[in-house]
Amino acid sequence: MTLTAAPGAGERTTRKDSPGAAPRTRRSGRLRRIGLPYLLLLPALILELLVHLVPMVIGIVVSFKELTQFHIRAWDAAPWAGLDNYALAVDFHAPVGEALLNSFLTTCLFTLLSVGSCWLLGVAAAVFLQEDFRGRGFLRTVFLVPYALPVYAAVITWAFMFQRDNGLINHVLHDRLGLTDSPPFWLIGDNSFVTLLVVSVWKGWPFAFLIIMAGLQNIPREIYEAAALDGAGTWQQIRRITLPSLRPVNQVLVLVLFLWTFNDFNTPFVLFGRAAPEAADLISLHIHQSSFQTWNFGAGSAMSVLLLLFLLVVTGGYLWLTSRGRQATDA
Amino acid sequence: MAAPRSFLWSRRIFLTLLTAFVLLPVYVMVSSSLKPLEDVSGTFQWIPSNPTVRPYVDIWETVPLADYFVNSLVVAGAATVCSVTIAVFAAYAVSRYAFRGRRIFTVTVLSTQMFPGILFLLPLFLIYVNIGNATGIALFGSRGGLVLTYLTFSLPFSIWMLIGYFDSVPRDLDEAAKVDGCGPLGALFRVLVPAAVPGIVAVAVYAFMTAWGEVLFASVMTDDTTRTLAVGLQGYATQNDVYWNQVMAASLVVSLPVVAGFLLLQRYLVTGLTAGAVK
Repeated sequence: MTLTAAPGAGERTTRKDSPGAAPRTRRSGRLRRIGLPYLLLLPALILELLVHLVPMVIGIVVSFKELTQFHIRAWDAAPWAGLDNYALAVDFHAPVGEALLNSFLTTCLFTLLSVGSCWLLGVAAAVFLQEDFRGRGFLRTVFLVPYALPVYAAVITWAFMFQRDNGLINHVLHDRLGLTDSPPFWLIGDNSFVTLLVVSVWKGWPFAFLIIMAGLQNIPREIYEAAALDGAGTWQQIRRITLPSLRPVNQVLVLVLFLWTFNDFNTPFVLFGRAAPEAADLISLHIHQSSFQTWNFGAGSAMSVLLLLFLLVVTGGYLWLTSRGRQATDA
Repeated sequence: MAAPRSFLWSRRIFLTLLTAFVLLPVYVMVSSSLKPLEDVSGTFQWIPSNPTVRPYVDIWETVPLADYFVNSLVVAGAATVCSVTIAVFAAYAVSRYAFRGRRIFTVTVLSTQMFPGILFLLPLFLIYVNIGNATGIALFGSRGGLVLTYLTFSLPFSIWMLIGYFDSVPRDLDEAAKVDGCGPLGALFRVLVPAAVPGIVAVAVYAFMTAWGEVLFASVMTDDTTRTLAVGLQGYATQNDVYWNQVMAASLVVSLPVVAGFLLLQRYLVTGLTAGAVK
C-alpha cells in the first residue's frame, strides 16, 4: 500500500527549509488573519444553511401547519394546526398512527438485521483478505463492485431476479430444487421483507468491508509478529489482536451503517415502487408515500420530525456510551 | 508463520460463497442483456439460447437514454467539482486555524449526516419554488437545483474526511511554506493539497457516486428535460410489459463509467479512508 504518500511528500519540504528558522513578519493584517478561516468556511456555511439548516427549520414549522396541496405555492399562509399533525401521527389506534408504528417497527427490525449482517460479512471478508495470497487483489476489487454500482441499476437487477415468473430466484428454488409447491411472490406480501434484506445486505456490506480494511491497515505488523513468537495461532491472533484493534473503527462504522440503513429510501423505492408492501414498508418510503399520496404535507413533516428526534436520541445515546467506553479504556 | 488448515479452508469456502453472492446480479445483468424479449419474459435461462446485442441498440430508442446520460454527467460532475473545492477550503480552515465556532461548525456539519433525506424533500421543494417565484432563478426542475442538493449530500463526509487528512500532514510543512513566502492559500495548494491527493480522490469518488446514484430527489426535482439516469431507467417499464433485457442492458451501460472509475481509483479510496476517516 502507498500509505506513506502523505508524509513522504512532505519530508522533502522539511529538509529544504526547517520550520521557524527565519521568523519573518508578514504584512497581512490582523483582521485578515482572523477573518480568513471564516472566509474559507463561507461557501460550505452558505450551502449547509440553504440546503440543510433552513429546510430543517421549515420542516419543523410545516409540521405545525395544516399544509395541503392548496397552500403549496404560499406555504407560509397555511393555517396553523398546532399539535394536530403530531396527534395524528402518534394515535396508534387510528389507521395513520398504526401504519406509522408498524413501519417504524419494521424499520427497526430491518435495520438490526441488515447492519448486523453487513458488519459480519465485512469483518469476515476483511480479516480473510488481510494476509496476502494469490487472487487477493482480484477479490478485493470484486467485493467493491456492489458498492460501486449505482443503487438503481443494482436494485433493479435484483427486482428482475425476484420476479415471480421469469426471475432467477424462483427458477432455482422452484424449477430446479423443487423447494416450493408454487413459485412464491417476492416483491409483494410477507416475503418482501426477506427480499429487501437480501438486497440491502448485498449493497451495504462492501462499505463495512472497505472501512474495516482501512482500519486493519493501522494495526502494526509487529504486534502480530510478537504474538506469533509468543505462540499465538492465526485464529487467536484474529480474536486477540485484530478484533479488539477494530473497536474504534467499528463504533463509527456501526453508527454510519445504522443511519444509512434506517433512512434508506432508494432501495425500497426502486425495488417496490412508490408504495412498498406492508412487510417491507421502511419509514422513509412510508413518510414519502403518506405525504405525497394524501397531499397532507403537515402530517408528513410531523412524521419526519419524529423520526429525526428518534435518530437524535439514539445517536446521542450511542455517542455518549461509546465515548464513555473510550475514556474508560484510555484511563 | 503458515496459517493452519482450518483457517485456509474457512477462508476458501467463505470467499467462494461471498464472491458468488456478489457477482450473481452482475452475471444476471450481463446475460439477460443479451437475450431477446421473449427469453427474458419466459423462464429464466442461465445461458442465453438466442444471444443478441439488439437490446444495446434499442435502449437508446425506447427512452432518451443519451439525454439522461448527459444530465447525470453534468449534475454529478458539477456536484463533485464544487463539493471537493468547498470541502478543501473548509477542511483547511478547521484543520489549521483556531477560531470561534470551529467545534460548532464541525458538529453541525457532521450531524446533518444523520438527518433523514425525507425531512428535506418537501422544504427544499418549497424553498426552490419560492426562490424561483421571487427571483426568476429556476431551481426546481433544473439541473442547478439538483447540483445544489447533491453537493451538500457529499459535503459533510468530504469535509470530515479531509480534516482528518490535513491533520495527518505535519503543520511544520505548511508553516515552512509560509515562511518561504507562500500565503495561506499558497501553503494550501502547494503543500496540503498535494500531500492529501489520496484523500481528495476518495472524496471526489464518493461525491460523484452519491450524485450518480441518488433517486429520491431526482424523482421529485426533475422534469422531462432534466431527468437523470436514476429516474430514466424506469422508462423501460410500460403498462403491459417490462423490457427486462433493455433494463439490464441500460443498467450495465450506466454502471460502466462509475464502476470502471471506482475500480481504477479504489487504491486511493482505502488509502484515503485510512488516513482521513479511520483513525
